[in-house]
Amino acid sequence: MKDTARHISIHHGNGGVRMKALIDDIFLHAFDNDFLNNQSDSAILPVTGKNIAFTTDSFVVDPLFFPGGNIGKLAVCGTLNDLAVSGARPIYLSAGFIIEEGFNIRTLERIVHSMAKEAAVSGVKIVTGDTKVVNSGKCDKIFINTSGIGLIDDMHLSIGSGIRVKSGDKILLNGPPGEHGMAIMQTRGIFNFKSNLKSDCVSLSPLIKRMLKASGRMGFLRDATRGGIATVLNEIAGKCNVGLEVDETCIPVNTDVRVMCELLGFDPLYIANEGKVIAVVDDSDADDVLKVMHKMKTGKNAAIIGEVTSDHKGKTVLKTSAGGKRILDELVGDQLPRIC
Amino acid sequence: MKSGGLHFIDEFRDKDVVKKISREIKKISRKRISIMEVCGGHTMAIHKNGLMDFLPDNVTLLSGPGCPVCVSSQRFIDHSIAIGMSQDVILTTYGDLVRVPGSVYSLEKVKGKGVEVRVVYSVLEALETAKKNKKKKIVFLGIGFETTAPASAAAIIQAEKQGIGNFFLLSAHKIMPPALEKLARGETQIDGFIAPGHVSAITGYGIYHKLTGLYSRAVVISGFEPVDILQSILMLVKQIELKRFKVENEYTRVVRPEGNLMARTLMNRVFKTDNAEWRGLGWVPESGLEVSDEFSMFDATLYFNVNVPDNESPKDCICGEILTGKKKPSDCKLFSGVCTPVNPVGACMVSSEGSCAIFYKYKP
Repeated sequence: MKDTARHISIHHGNGGVRMKALIDDIFLHAFDNDFLNNQSDSAILPVTGKNIAFTTDSFVVDPLFFPGGNIGKLAVCGTLNDLAVSGARPIYLSAGFIIEEGFNIRTLERIVHSMAKEAAVSGVKIVTGDTKVVNSGKCDKIFINTSGIGLIDDMHLSIGSGIRVKSGDKILLNGPPGEHGMAIMQTRGIFNFKSNLKSDCVSLSPLIKRMLKASGRMGFLRDATRGGIATVLNEIAGKCNVGLEVDETCIPVNTDVRVMCELLGFDPLYIANEGKVIAVVDDSDADDVLKVMHKMKTGKNAAIIGEVTSDHKGKTVLKTSAGGKRILDELVGDQLPRIC
Repeated sequence: MKSGGLHFIDEFRDKDVVKKISREIKKISRKRISIMEVCGGHTMAIHKNGLMDFLPDNVTLLSGPGCPVCVSSQRFIDHSIAIGMSQDVILTTYGDLVRVPGSVYSLEKVKGKGVEVRVVYSVLEALETAKKNKKKKIVFLGIGFETTAPASAAAIIQAEKQGIGNFFLLSAHKIMPPALEKLARGETQIDGFIAPGHVSAITGYGIYHKLTGLYSRAVVISGFEPVDILQSILMLVKQIELKRFKVENEYTRVVRPEGNLMARTLMNRVFKTDNAEWRGLGWVPESGLEVSDEFSMFDATLYFNVNVPDNESPKDCICGEILTGKKKPSDCKLFSGVCTPVNPVGACMVSSEGSCAIFYKYKP
């Protein structure tokens, strides 16, 4: 039965014909693959290799659509990136939807299509899913959960723990920080700014695949999301018990992000990203990795931003553009615009 | 930074210029001197850029009472909460203030428990909130100096023009000159002041003549970039070494000698001065801005008849001595152990422009 409804009603979640129509017309149509089309309670997946990476993440974002992406793209990229930075090659995803009654079905379709598109770019299949509809007011429009499975080669098993990170390693960043956070803030209209700024929301899996090919001595990878790159740098210093020294003048910059941050008194190093990866690479491989990054769109502004040292263990020291030095600390609470 | 260069900023962060000024300071500075940066924005810039590395040992920098959140008294927080408990009230405030501890609670702690607190980015947003919530009483918690007071004044004038009767200001606005005079008369050795750039943009040079003339202190109005601050320190060192005290302006791209007349006219119309309590400085005569009689219908102090008991400051907290340059954050027993940005005891640990928060964040 073809459902002609334009909005999600509570009946779309009741397990009956309307729910089946929703699943067929929207989800199966977009995610189309044999595992999902079987519509069994579990997707039965053939897996070759002995190390499986498995992760899950839930996505709630306001607004649902923003320059450079939407909640669906975010939900796929976020989980793919968590797998990729573990050194894994993502292969399968699940997608769970919690939808508020009254949600526009055309909007749902747009979200689902961008999920399908993003998964395809990384060669990943969305093989199982779930839909729940809740009464109006019980959730904010739509929440999405994605889980992902990837495979890791033995040689990349230590990337997740960072145990191979050592003094002298180089720290690489694939592009300018802060684009996602500032794009979201701008879309919310809090500050009445207008710019061409777009979220950097992207799957990093293809980029990381090439980086891992270029170096067998990758010490650590982490996507910098909430808390920005400063948070990841602090995490590396703490987790690996090393000191980090970062040169502010080497960090790539997006001018729009910089202008907004200067006006508000924000530090872009603490602003959220959805397509940025920090890599710690053996000194002798760093240039090779940088070279392959530069060839990809997601890494064309990549730079070596600093190095690992045995001094000031557990801390990240930033060489400022003015020539001074300071601690790059963890963020406490949210950044607030300056008062005067 | 790599690309994305910005005029009027990058020139003032130039590494080579910074080094050159630093060499010059080291060359001419002989006396052991203390310079106070009055504004929290300056304290922030000094530590964020690591500028201490560029000064000789005989030059000490002291942080002053120029962080709007830090000098707001505990009583002001208690007063805000008491008003917030009244029926149909929405408190609106700049974000930093919500975490400042009152005698028992902070605004953050009471939020949602009978008190509605909304963070706004400007006072005009609070005015919009009033327009959209006609059945509620919107109280804006006005903090800050000559920089933010004109905006609050403009909001009240707009409220009057547009007949917005449900907008109120609880003013903890303050003005700088009486506080600077109190500091100059105090026990702490302060040879010169890095004068607050944005306050000066409103006031002009006039407010500093007493400091240079009567109290023989050096004064340089400074911008907020590394080159600005070091250049100002160089100018101060020269004044102090030569004992030729005068008001100089390093921040010429923003500050004019006469200041901003329009902003001052607004302030003078809407506010009158009265004694005010500063965290750290105590009561300072004629340093507070109260809503004037003409606009008393917008004065939250008069409209909400609430009782605010007197309470003592937290034990062992030395915010007061830190705000007057007598002590450094690291001298405080509570610093980084009991009092941290996550669990602040005193206001100086709360605001991003508070000395303790800045020392905690940037000190190795």
